[in-house]
Amino acid sequence: MKAAVIVSPGSNCDRDVQVALQQSAGSEPIMHWHGDANLPDVDLIIVPGGFAYGDYLRAGALAAQSPVIQEVVARANKGVPVLGICNGFQILTECGLLPGVLMRNAGLKFICRDVDLRVEAADTVFTLDYMDGQVIRIPVAHNEGNYFADDATLNRLDGEDRVAFRYCSPEGRVTDSANPNGAARNIAGILNEGRNVLGMMPHPERLADPMLGGNDGRPMFDGLVEALVATE
Amino acid sequence: MSEITPEIVGEHGLTPEEYQRVLRIMGREPKMTELGIFSVMWSEHCSYKSSKFWLKKLPTEAPWVICGPGENAGVIDIGEGKACIFKMESHNHPSFIEPYQGAATGVGGILRDIFTMGARPVANMNALRFGAPEHPKTRHLVGGVVAGIGGYGNCIGIPTVGGEVNFDPSYNGNILVNAMTVGIADTDKIFYSAAAGIGNPVVYVGSKTGRDGIHGATMASAEFDDDSEEKRPTVQVGDPFTEKLLLEACLELMATDAIIAIQDMGAAGLTSSSVEMSDKGGVGIEFDLDRVPVREEAMTPYEIMLSESQERMLMVLKPGRENMARKIFEKWELDFAIIGTVTDTNRLVLKSGGEEICNIPVPPLVAEAPEYERPWVATPPPRVLAIDDALADINIAPTDALARLVASPDLCSRRWVWEQYDHMVMADTLRRPGADAAIVRVHGTDRALAITTDCTPRYCVADPVQGGRQAVAEAWRNLTASGAKPLAITDNMNFGNPERPEIMGQFAGCIEGMTDACLALDFPVVSGNVSLYNETNGTGILPTPAIGGVGLIEDVNNDTTSAGFTAEGEAILLIGNTSGHLGRSMLLRVFSDNYRDAGAPPPVDLEAERRNGDFVRDLIVGDRVSACHDVSDGGLLVAAAEMALLGSIGAEISLPTTGIPAFAWLFGEDQSRYITTTSAPEEVLTAANSAGVPAIMIGTTGGPQLTVGDGNSISLLELRNAHESWFPEYMADV
Repeated sequence: MKAAVIVSPGSNCDRDVQVALQQSAGSEPIMHWHGDANLPDVDLIIVPGGFAYGDYLRAGALAAQSPVIQEVVARANKGVPVLGICNGFQILTECGLLPGVLMRNAGLKFICRDVDLRVEAADTVFTLDYMDGQVIRIPVAHNEGNYFADDATLNRLDGEDRVAFRYCSPEGRVTDSANPNGAARNIAGILNEGRNVLGMMPHPERLADPMLGGNDGRPMFDGLVEALVATE
Repeated sequence: MSEITPEIVGEHGLTPEEYQRVLRIMGREPKMTELGIFSVMWSEHCSYKSSKFWLKKLPTEAPWVICGPGENAGVIDIGEGKACIFKMESHNHPSFIEPYQGAATGVGGILRDIFTMGARPVANMNALRFGAPEHPKTRHLVGGVVAGIGGYGNCIGIPTVGGEVNFDPSYNGNILVNAMTVGIADTDKIFYSAAAGIGNPVVYVGSKTGRDGIHGATMASAEFDDDSEEKRPTVQVGDPFTEKLLLEACLELMATDAIIAIQDMGAAGLTSSSVEMSDKGGVGIEFDLDRVPVREEAMTPYEIMLSESQERMLMVLKPGRENMARKIFEKWELDFAIIGTVTDTNRLVLKSGGEEICNIPVPPLVAEAPEYERPWVATPPPRVLAIDDALADINIAPTDALARLVASPDLCSRRWVWEQYDHMVMADTLRRPGADAAIVRVHGTDRALAITTDCTPRYCVADPVQGGRQAVAEAWRNLTASGAKPLAITDNMNFGNPERPEIMGQFAGCIEGMTDACLALDFPVVSGNVSLYNETNGTGILPTPAIGGVGLIEDVNNDTTSAGFTAEGEAILLIGNTSGHLGRSMLLRVFSDNYRDAGAPPPVDLEAERRNGDFVRDLIVGDRVSACHDVSDGGLLVAAAEMALLGSIGAEISLPTTGIPAFAWLFGEDQSRYITTTSAPEEVLTAANSAGVPAIMIGTTGGPQLTVGDGNSISLLELRNAHESWFPEYMADV
């Protein structure tokens, strides 16, 4: 399997994703510089967390205009799996691959802590190694993770089973108190229509090593490797 | 007609005597730009003129020290070809005036000190002190400082892994924001600031120069008065995204062999960086100021030299490498300008519009900077408080006292603070905030650094010598409790006005105590910073020598342990001697009407400290204990409660049968103590006995509550609510 991690000047979770992917795949992903529109042929593209261009305008707004992101959009439309984490999710909504926006957290503060997520769609390349309804624990670290879309869009996401993860209680109940940032319908991650693009605010790469206090992020990378090696 | 009037000299913070020295060095009247350069270089902030005499007394050497004080940061050897580079620095005055930007640029400045030496920063810490919670400005300052620290560190992507937050009315007019950064470099790739090579290009990289922060260093060298808010224009504005670019570009260039010397532009900007580089290298530097990238029109040479615009670096490159270096900085979309050359004149020469506007001999500018042995009087010895007197007006159940203590501003959970810091980015944070020391893995290895910041100012004010000892000892103890071998410290000396003899007496006392502890514990000072004049309208802060300590864990799989209880039914052991010392305790601060902040602080027996700590570390590394936590603020019962909450396992704590009153035993703050848990207590007690270390069994883990003596209980749920609720409630709706 060949994977590429898109590196913008202000990416800061690029190495973390690189380590997690390498651990599951056994080989290093390509670290692809944002200024280079010639993206090699790959089986998976990851847009990592960080502050791509400083995010002084609106998180992800400038990054969505970069040459390589236009190429990412083209690949996604051809069916290449694209995973956007945190700032990557913000960029995927800004460039139109995913609907909705990520607004400032309802509490108006940056939040860094572990959250519980309920897996809502275990049928994708990203979630193969999870089960529907499973509760996993991985961290969030963001200032703008408050997912918002109009009711029609939210209804469509629900109707088409395109919500991948929701913030929940440790027992798996989707409640207001389990929602760290005010996201509509506790949405933590969504899929595109083709189910080959996933954007999520939580960071699976940060808990893919038991030494760091948990391993619930690892199945995402293991599952991707299994699925994409199988299609080669 | 003289251009420089006595008023202008005074506005530049120079005394008439200091100005006479300027005239003697120059052999003529200085031009305005030259006066500005003397002014900032001789400010307290840059020259350490009141503190240098005392700082020289601190121990700075050990076999593992690669570079002690004097460079941008201290460097220690952590084995396997790696060095740890670290320092703590204050941004107190700007943070009070503009808390978000003041704190943010404090983080940015200390980060640059670390990566300018070739290290990739891997962790940020901080030590924060605010005024009384009920003071009208405190909430605004807490909110702004925490957001500023987070805003900078989160964006650049360096985890903020811990620190300390205290409240005391003495900080009402002068908060303390001390930021520490720890980085890792290869031992053969460390960069220093001494310029060399006559004719070599001097290069400016990073952000453009603006008018922000002019005379920031001078502001930080004076007391505040009621008009301090008018100083807001002297606070710099931070841009963490540009710092991220600068970090990556510098590290990319450092991987080549192009750099001869490099220095960040911090306080006093282009002035101090060029003076330090030329002085250390024994050379001169000549600049054409017309080539300095500027952000505003019509900036004068004076403004360019004194600007404290952030995210800038100065480098001397090998000749012929300029284009390769330029390409790296252009890739990262940063300014790159060759602004001058290294000369053999030992002079700082500045040209602008073809004219020479500055020509200062560098060696006397540095070597003849004022140094004062200011008059000082020792702090009078505090009265030792009798236990019975101290406890006379306290009449409640132990667990009720515990619940109020863990809910007090100084002891409550800091979760509200550290959840605003990204403490996990870089995916090497093995122990998150909220325990003794943070533990950060050395990337790609099984080794880790333990990092802590410590100081107990209420001890320092009562007895600076014991307080100085205790600050160093507590840092050493926190590292030890995580299983680490403590290696070295950085110090951030925050004090009031040094022109007052009693303040200098506090400074001298703290230095004496720190020196004792550093020597006894083989724990040298490798870097530091001094912040004086933390006074408003004549009232000074508590003396606050904040200590940042770093230790090494050789094998993260085996050589560390939990800070919280890990299993039910285990024996709880107390290591170290308990006399029930209540002077300056948190118990009295919270409960006593008559003895709040009274009495002598607990003395630190450094031999016992060493013996107890070495014993505990051996227990951890030998895997003979299942959890370990040091006993500090609030005493034994607070430490046990913290372990219970961290592990979500309760405990029964027994009371002593003889001698010490229960409250003194439970809440006394005797030093050099640890709580450990084990399933084989006899073995540990026997080992302690043969090592000459006091150790007793004080209880058993288990259950959903904490029980003290005969059935005085509190549920962990209630305890957790008490511990967690103060901060969010206090900061609600800010």
